[in-house]
Amino acid sequence: MGELRFRDDATHDEPAVTLDSFFDQSNATAVRIEPGDDARALIPHLDRLALIDVSFPKYRDGRGYSSARILREAGFKGELRASGDVLVDQIAFMRRCGFDSFAPDAPLDEAVVEASLARYDDVYQGAADGAVPVWKRRHG
Amino acid sequence: MYKYDHYDQAIVDARVEEFRDQVRRRIAGDMTEDQFKPLRLMNGLYLQLHAYMLRVAIPYGTLDGRQMRMLAHIARKYDRDYGHFTTRQNIQYNWIKLEDAADILADLATVEMHAIQTSGNCIRNISSDQYAGAAADEVTDPRPWAELLRQWSTFHPEFSYLPRKFKIAVIASPTDRAAMRLHDIGIEMVERDGQLGGRIFVGGGMGRTPMIAPEIKDFVTSADLLSYLEACLRVYNRHGRRDNIYKARIKILIHELGADEYRRQVEAEFAHVKTLGLDPPAAEYDRIAAFFAPPAFAADAPDTIDRSDPDFALWVDQNVAAHKQPGHAIVTISLKPAGGIPGDASSAQIDLMADLAERYSFDELRVTHAQNIVLPHVRKADLHAIWTALTGAGLAEANLDLISDIIACPGLDYCSLANARSIPVAQKIAARFASPERQRDIGELKLKISGCINACGHHHAGHIGILGVDRKGTENYQLLLGGSGAEDASLGKITGPGFDEDGVVDAIERTVEKYRTLRTDGERFLDTYRRVGMDPFKEAIYG
Repeated sequence: MGELRFRDDATHDEPAVTLDSFFDQSNATAVRIEPGDDARALIPHLDRLALIDVSFPKYRDGRGYSSARILREAGFKGELRASGDVLVDQIAFMRRCGFDSFAPDAPLDEAVVEASLARYDDVYQGAADGAVPVWKRRHG
Repeated sequence: MYKYDHYDQAIVDARVEEFRDQVRRRIAGDMTEDQFKPLRLMNGLYLQLHAYMLRVAIPYGTLDGRQMRMLAHIARKYDRDYGHFTTRQNIQYNWIKLEDAADILADLATVEMHAIQTSGNCIRNISSDQYAGAAADEVTDPRPWAELLRQWSTFHPEFSYLPRKFKIAVIASPTDRAAMRLHDIGIEMVERDGQLGGRIFVGGGMGRTPMIAPEIKDFVTSADLLSYLEACLRVYNRHGRRDNIYKARIKILIHELGADEYRRQVEAEFAHVKTLGLDPPAAEYDRIAAFFAPPAFAADAPDTIDRSDPDFALWVDQNVAAHKQPGHAIVTISLKPAGGIPGDASSAQIDLMADLAERYSFDELRVTHAQNIVLPHVRKADLHAIWTALTGAGLAEANLDLISDIIACPGLDYCSLANARSIPVAQKIAARFASPERQRDIGELKLKISGCINACGHHHAGHIGILGVDRKGTENYQLLLGGSGAEDASLGKITGPGFDEDGVVDAIERTVEKYRTLRTDGERFLDTYRRVGMDPFKEAIYG
């Protein structure tokens, strides 16, 4: 499985531009951010963005998880894609941080993805996916 | 003691199956070792010199007899009949087979235990004061807060690929028994205007760049605690260095930014995070705290101890501490017998300690960061029976906080990172100072040994510290003086050129003898060192 998408809308065709190009190009609707880029710089422009591609050059570099949450917390409703060195065992945490599409360098085993997303019924903390943390379930 | 509800149990059970599946995929070749590594590490499984090492979490160092017995069972069934209690209040097993790892986790899950996040670049096991719930000087029991943090940090989706590992300690006494300010985040629960909250210290740590954590916030009200920590971690996750593994801990970020700038960024992030509704309600704290309610102490327990047996009396003087409840006491069981390996216990010894906890300590045990075991709630009238049982098991060494109560990392005997052996040095020092009278005369002296610069043996925080290094292919030991992991936290300073294994033992003896000539009444080694400085000791060592 190459692309993995959890959205009902049509795939966005316009290629994602770098953050620098995005600020030079007032009509771009898709942007790609690198781990060192400040996701908050996009907050004033979220309305015109259909796709934000968050790059993971190395799976160990977890900055993109914070970028994703910051964008969702700021109200971004468009497609939030994790691309690059994205491994099957990271998909569940990435979903919790608000990613809803994935473009991994190496194909993912669909059965393993499904099993990992179905594995945990409960979570301990709130994040960007709307899952209800167990402390809230415990206290109604 | 906290008890899992069905949510907690389901999460731990799911983890066992997830890990079983990951091991299966690794063995089938679907994953490279490089891809498997962070997954097994987040489950406490290391590949060491000779075998896999499994580190099992003991959240905030608290466990009951049933859990302790399971630790013995695992040692017996899957390892070589012993386990090693660590400076992070955990236990690790040194001879584990990969194909057994999931079964071990399944066994642990039956007693509400796991190995989640005991390694990897994530939030590690939360550590705390081993005297929690028993110490007279605590503002509140820190363990409900530690449990709240355990749950918040477990499988935290944003903070599982941090720049580096992340250690949090929570205490609630002015006396620091947990080396709180040597953690990435140290929290001291305090009361202000009748409200409970945390003093937050960020950026402490040992390793190759030891630092004492600066205070980042003097008071965070308990209702905001998790949001504040979320903000602290997010700033670190975004801005911590990832270009150099040796500069990736949060202490380096704070050192480079400065505490004021880090605080400013955290405050800005907190103002935002607080709007997200991440803090559990007081009812959740109350639910957890109810599990840690004081046990039913006998109000009329006699407050005297029959000291007619002199050996027993010596043990009481050294290893028994005051309890908040009259007629009761806190017992520390030393895992530092002469000639032994610091922190090791056999299955039979672990079982015996479980028995004693069930019979005499309201079914509670604690693991200390100094690698000993505590029976936190015993009646003074039972002390002699406990001591008698411990004596029979080789567990009655009366050396708490004395020179032979050594913290040592596993060193080159087990660890693939080590440059030098730690255990033989600890054994030689214990042998040199074998006389109990001599140890008592020297008094409190915290000696800590690390076999490499990563400082798992806390050598920076030792009154006397030893650092093993590799010098042109031979093991060399540097000596440090004047460190402390307590509320008066300080970092040790290197005396000068290093020594070979026997040489460092000689140097320690010269240091100790110098202290004996310099000390004034009641001065501990650390006090004398702080008063007179390094020079007299240097002269004694290098002459």
